[in-house]
Amino acid sequence: MLVALSGTVLAIDNQEALEDSALQARYVRLGNELRCLVCQNQSIADSTAGLAADLRAQVREMLLDGASDQEILDYMVARYGDFVRYRPAFNIRTWALWLGPFVVVLIGLAVVATVIRRNANLDPEQPDI
Amino acid sequence: MIRTLVPATLFAILVVFFWTGLKLNPTQIPSPLIGKPVPAFDLPLLLDESRRITQDQLRGEPTLLNVWATWCVACRQEHPFLMQLAAATDVPIYGLNLKDNRASASAWLDQLGNPYESSAFDEDGIVSIDWGVYGAPETFLIDATGIIRYKHIGPLTEEVWNKKLLPRIRLWKGETL
Repeated sequence: MLVALSGTVLAIDNQEALEDSALQARYVRLGNELRCLVCQNQSIADSTAGLAADLRAQVREMLLDGASDQEILDYMVARYGDFVRYRPAFNIRTWALWLGPFVVVLIGLAVVATVIRRNANLDPEQPDI
Repeated sequence: MIRTLVPATLFAILVVFFWTGLKLNPTQIPSPLIGKPVPAFDLPLLLDESRRITQDQLRGEPTLLNVWATWCVACRQEHPFLMQLAAATDVPIYGLNLKDNRASASAWLDQLGNPYESSAFDEDGIVSIDWGVYGAPETFLIDATGIIRYKHIGPLTEEVWNKKLLPRIRLWKGETL
């Protein structure tokens, strides 16, 4: 129960919500999308670190200035690198990160297929030893 | 043959991955600013509010830009080496004082010594965000044309200076001489 409740208390909630609810929704989404580089396993929405607060302020300001989500993400990536995004853009530095798991699954499927095929070819009359 | 070769190869790949992973420091995030011109900025000096420092000062010769603050414990640890460096080399060290109090930062330089050519006073940390600073101390190595060539995260030490910064500076000086 406590754990469930504490999960909803984020640093981002300490600030007054933006007047425009659509803007506030984008603000929260972007806050959860961006990594706090000091604490690393928290988003800037989540973290109480000074840097996270500064980055949140920056996101707010840019939203109020009419920046698009992409512009804000690009702004952060230009300064802090792909690592600042929890879901980095697919590019020359991140392709292995995105495709790696699928390659591993393909290798696994290939191994399974080979084993099955090999076992199927065994003579059923022969006892398994 | 394949039965031993394939697992052995996979194992070898894993070993390489883990071995590399052991040596990576997850708190040191590579900066996308390496190889790019220093971000434009215009800040007041820490010790003289009426004067300002801009990106143009970080040009003409290799320079260091050291991000520091009085609230930063590792900066205090780093400070004696900066003093030593300032005395021993002719590479100018510029300071970027991050989200600090002007009075305490001035007192720090009075008491512990001032290794900086001058220190910019980044009170709200906005310029530091442009530099991709996420902690202190951080030190940028900037070449004579104003391009950021290296970033060290954490206290600057003699080892970092000798292994990472000095060889680069020597190389540039050799090229331009």
